[in-house]
Order: sequence, then structure tokens, then C-alpha cells
Amino acid sequence: MRLLVSAALLFLGLAAVPAMAANSPTLEKVKKNGYLRCGVSEGLPGFGQPDNKGVWTGLDVDFCRAIASAIFNDPMKVRFTPTSAKVRFTALQAGEFDLLSRNTTWTISRDVQLGLEFIGVIYYDGQGFLVPKKLNVTSAKQLNGANVCTNTGTTTELNLADYFRANNLKYKVIAFEKNNEVIAAYDAGRCDAYTTDASGLYAERLKLRVPGDHIILPEIISKEPLGPAVNQGDPQWADLVRWTLFALLNAEELGVNSKNVDQMLKSPNPETRRLLGVEGAFGEPMGLTKDWVVRIVKRVGNYGEIFERNVGQGSPLKIKRGQNALWKNGGLQYAPPVR
Amino acid sequence: MPRANSIPWWRTRRMRDVLFQVALLLGVMLLIAAMVNNAAETLQRQKIASGFAFLDHTAGFDIVQALVAYNEASTYGRVLLVGILNTLLVAFIGIVITTIIGFAIGIGQLSKNWLIARLCRVYVETLRNIPLLLQIFFWYFAVLRALPGPRESWGLFDTVFLNNRGLYLPGPEAQAGFGFVVAAFAAGVMASILLAIRARAVREATGRVMPVDAMAAALIILPPAVASAVAGFPLHFSIPALSGLNFDGGLVVLPEFMALVAALSTYTASYIAEAVRAGIEGVAKGQTEAASALGLTRGQMLRLVVVPQAMRQIIPPLTSQYLNLTKNSSLAVAIAYPDLVSVFAGTSLNQTGQAIEIIAITMAVYLTISLTTSAFMNWYNARIALTER
Repeated sequence: MRLLVSAALLFLGLAAVPAMAANSPTLEKVKKNGYLRCGVSEGLPGFGQPDNKGVWTGLDVDFCRAIASAIFNDPMKVRFTPTSAKVRFTALQAGEFDLLSRNTTWTISRDVQLGLEFIGVIYYDGQGFLVPKKLNVTSAKQLNGANVCTNTGTTTELNLADYFRANNLKYKVIAFEKNNEVIAAYDAGRCDAYTTDASGLYAERLKLRVPGDHIILPEIISKEPLGPAVNQGDPQWADLVRWTLFALLNAEELGVNSKNVDQMLKSPNPETRRLLGVEGAFGEPMGLTKDWVVRIVKRVGNYGEIFERNVGQGSPLKIKRGQNALWKNGGLQYAPPVR
Repeated sequence: MPRANSIPWWRTRRMRDVLFQVALLLGVMLLIAAMVNNAAETLQRQKIASGFAFLDHTAGFDIVQALVAYNEASTYGRVLLVGILNTLLVAFIGIVITTIIGFAIGIGQLSKNWLIARLCRVYVETLRNIPLLLQIFFWYFAVLRALPGPRESWGLFDTVFLNNRGLYLPGPEAQAGFGFVVAAFAAGVMASILLAIRARAVREATGRVMPVDAMAAALIILPPAVASAVAGFPLHFSIPALSGLNFDGGLVVLPEFMALVAALSTYTASYIAEAVRAGIEGVAKGQTEAASALGLTRGQMLRLVVVPQAMRQIIPPLTSQYLNLTKNSSLAVAIAYPDLVSVFAGTSLNQTGQAIEIIAITMAVYLTISLTTSAFMNWYNARIALTER
């Protein structure tokens, strides 16, 4: 019996590794494992889905690959765990992966109550509506009495309630656990409208039998800043993840991309030289090498390249940069300087 | 007792048994304490909120089907109640339907008609060998694809409508004076029960059989009808009508509900059918032979001799099938039926992040439902058990 109890205690003890070490314990673990563990979506075109060879692609996926490149100089050293909207936070809290990079909205309650830390905004989004053209609806205000399909466990459900209440419209919400069932039920005519983040609507529309028969209404009813999140209690790891995102943005701002990164090492611009580690060694305090940004950009590209490749003009989604353009170009994407 | 004296008190059989039990209990308690302590510490360190205060917080989302008043401004406590009631509704209706189908198929398997017996056999073998989740999806998408959109609804007398948003029925709305009708109905039911008791006494004393069925029907129907006429027909119906994009008013039965009940009841019925068949086959052949020797008709034989004895063997497996159906109803979340798991262990968990509390409450609710069902069925089983004289 005593043996059993002590074995059980040992097991429980192991499940809760203390987060008090000098260096980032998460980074230590990642290096020891030899791969990064990343929680991603269950298959959202453009953001995170496996291709026909089982290789994960997408904006959120490439962010994980950028971190793997910074740590291992190899974008493929990532293990992806698909998670539903419902279980994502619990899985992250339980330590099933090192970061959650899965079109997740940053809100105060999630940041403050869930023991998570959102590290930035990788995609500025907003909730919209997809409706069949034959419904003859051109504005969300005409959706009185609508049956609306969506996912459970999302901010979407709350925004929907707020929007219809504020506009004094009646509605019914049909909430499914998984994306595929939402889209199948919408396609089967169960709902008048499908609501989720606009980026998701563009992506999910591709899965419909006749994508051209459906339109996205102009109203954007919420702010949905989507970003990666990590567990609280390991600030160095949060810094590493945050500055990987900033590195991608700074690289785009300074014109450093996957094709010219080697020439850029000779750039006279001091900002570029600091970013690429020619001057200073900003990667080292984070447990990385000083050429960490070179590794990232060479393997994965800068933010603009990742965007265009996955969701922009180089993809079937053809989403415009809009709010996700750099601040210099009238968008919201802005990264603090490397100095 | 010389032998007892030779063994010290702490080594006696009885003492040792007790000591082992106590040690085991302590060990289990220690394990639970360690788990609770570990969870509390981890939550504290990860700065995850804990406690049950969230039950009083505003939920802020809507639920498509609520049997009690609910809106976006209601609390998570209310969400819990709505979820429990929705689960109970599916479980209750599912159990009633599955019992009917299960008994029909079970008896059908023993039919002398070759075709009926085969068909029932095929039913059992097919349904119980396909995963339930697949059957739920099948029913859901079969229902959705078969039904027309709201503007092309199938209507009946312009009061009942069926489309892929649900089955719309007139919703009863009680007016002033409806209480009298309810009272009259209750009185009628009470009178019928007394009549049945009296009729039984008369039959046992004199052998005279009274027409109880017809008399009871009259007692139950006539008084409410008269009361209703006197009170000026105090029950109105709200008729569903197309408003905006969908029907409004009346009662609506969701397609998710229909699909879930259909899948759960047909699936569980395949197991119940087997229990029923086994129960009937377990009744000794001599019983039926004796019954026919007494000159009972085939119907009387089944009703008075075979089924009462078969029930004793059917009830225990039937109970566990009822429990299975109730627990399987948690698959509802896959097709968006707002049951307990969907609205409480799903949406609420995600909004509050309080996984431990919410899962604990959810488990406690299922445990309570299961134990209650079990207790009721055990009581019923004890009532019909063989009373030996």
C-alpha cells in the first residue's frame, strides 16, 4: 500500500513540474525533446490544416515553424496537436503543448482568469456572417428570426448574443462542437447564416458544395484579435514567443525576406544589422543564438510572406492585408524595435 | 477457548480484517487528499480562478432550447439547470420510445412468422453493431436533407409546420379559469383509480367483470370537457407563423432533438430487444402449457402468465440500458442539441475556464440521474419479484 501511495505521489508530483528554474523551463524541455509541441486548429484552410501528405500548413502553423527555426534552425521540428475550440485552453493548461497557435481571440477574461498569457496579435479579425445568396439578404440587420450556426466554446456565441440583442433582432443559435459539423449543417440548410471570424468564413466557404452560392455580409460585429497563447508562469518562454512574432514583423518592415536575407547581412542599416544579429546579440538572453532572426526568415519568411502564402494572394482564400498591413501602410501591425 | 488465548488480540482473524480495511481506507483517502492538494496548488501557481462563484455570473450567450425561462442575461447556474432539463427531456422521451420499440422487436424475434422474426433479427444485428455516433450523424443529416426550407414548409391545416428548422406545433397558453379544467381532470383520474380498485374487489369476490376501461375513459374525459365549456374554453393555442426568416410562436421540436431521440431509441432498442427475447425464452415451457390447459387465449397467456414472469429477468438488463441511453445522450454535442455537456461542460467551461468545478458538477449530475433511475427500477423489480407463499 505504501509503495502504491508513494508511486501515486511521485506520479502526481511529476505532473506538476515547478516553474521556478533560472532559464525558461519550457525552452529547456523543448530542447531536450528535440521538437516544439504546438496546439493548432483541427483543419482551417489558410490557418492550420494538414495537406494531402500530412504536412501541416497555414499562418498559425508557420508561426510554430518560425519558433522551431529560431530554436533548432529546422522548421520541421514541430509536433502539431489539433484541438477543438472547446478543449484548447484546458489542453494548454494541462501542458499538452508548449504554445497554442490556433486562431484564438485575445480577451480579458481569457488572459486574466485562465492562467494563460496572450503574447500578441498575429491576425486582426472580426466576426462576420456567411449567408446563401438565395436568401436575398445584404445586411446582417435583415437577419431577424434567423437560425445561426456556430461553434460552441467561442467568443462568437457571446458576440452573436450581443449583436442581436443590441439590434433588437430575434435569432436562434445552433452551436456545434466541431467546425466540420457546423459547415455540414449549414450546407444542408439547417441555418440561415453561419457566423465566425471573417477569416474563418473565407476559409470554411471553400468547403461548401458550391462556394460561389454564398456571400459574406459586410458587417463585422466584433473585434477579434487572434494571437498565440502560452501558459503563465514562464515569462522567458513568453518573451521568446512574443519576440518571434515581432521579428517576423520587423523583418517585413525592414525589407528582409527569405530570398534576400543573406545579402541583408551586409546591409549598412543599423536597425537591420541589430535585427539580424550582425551587431549585438539580442537572441542570446532568450536562450537562442544571435542569428535567430536569420534562421527564422530564411526558413519561414517574414510576416508578409507568411500572410500572402497562406491566406493572401498566393492562396485560394485571397484575403486582402487590410488591418493586417504594417502600420506604415495603414494597417495595425506594429512591432517594438530591436535595440 | 484455549486456542484464542494463544493468539495475541491483534493477530486474530477479525482484527486483521479490520486493520486491512482501515489501512486501505487511509491509503485511498491519502491519495485523494494528495490529488486535491496537487490540483489546488497547480491552479494557484498557474493563477487559474477556482471556486463556485462563477455560477452567479452572467453567461451572456443564448441557448436554442430552454424548458425554463432563459436569456442572455441569465447566470451560469441557470445554464446548468437548462442543460439538466434538456438532458432529462431527451432521456425520458428516449426511454419511453426505446421501450416500445425494444419490446416490439424482442417479441417479434420470437414470432412464428418467418419474415417478421428474420426482420427483427436483422434490426438487432445491424443497429447494435454500428457505432452510435455514426447513427446520430446519419439521422441528423438524413432528417436535414429530407426536409424542405422554412419557406417551402410542409403544412397541415396551417397550424402544424415541418421544415428543416424543426416541427412547429400550436403552443398551449393557459388562460384564466384553466385551473378548474386541471382540477376536473385530476378528479377524473382519482375516481378512475378508485373504480379500478373497487372493480378488482368485486371481481375477486363475485367473479363479475365490470367494464372498467369504458367507465374510466368517461370519467377522465367528461369532467374536464364540462369544466372547460363552463369556464369558456380557457386554453388558447399560439399558432406558429412565418415571421422574418423563420416561423415564430407555438412549440418547436428541433431537428437535433428528433435526430438524437431517433438515434438513441432505435440503437438502445436493439439491446432491449435481446433482453426481452432472453426473458421470454427463460420462462419455463410448462408455464405456457399449463396456461393453455386452463383454456387461456394466446393474448391472456402472454399478458397473465408469460410476461409477468419474463419481466423479472428483463428488468435488470433493462435498467442498465436506460442508464446507457441517458449517458449516451451526452453525444448530443456533436449535433448541436443543447444538453448538459454541450451548454455547461462545453460553452460554460470555455467561457469561465473552470474545468475542474464544471466537470465535477457535470459528473455529479449524471451520477444522480443514474442512481435515481437505478433506485426506481430496483424498487419496481422488488415489487414484481416472485412472492413465495
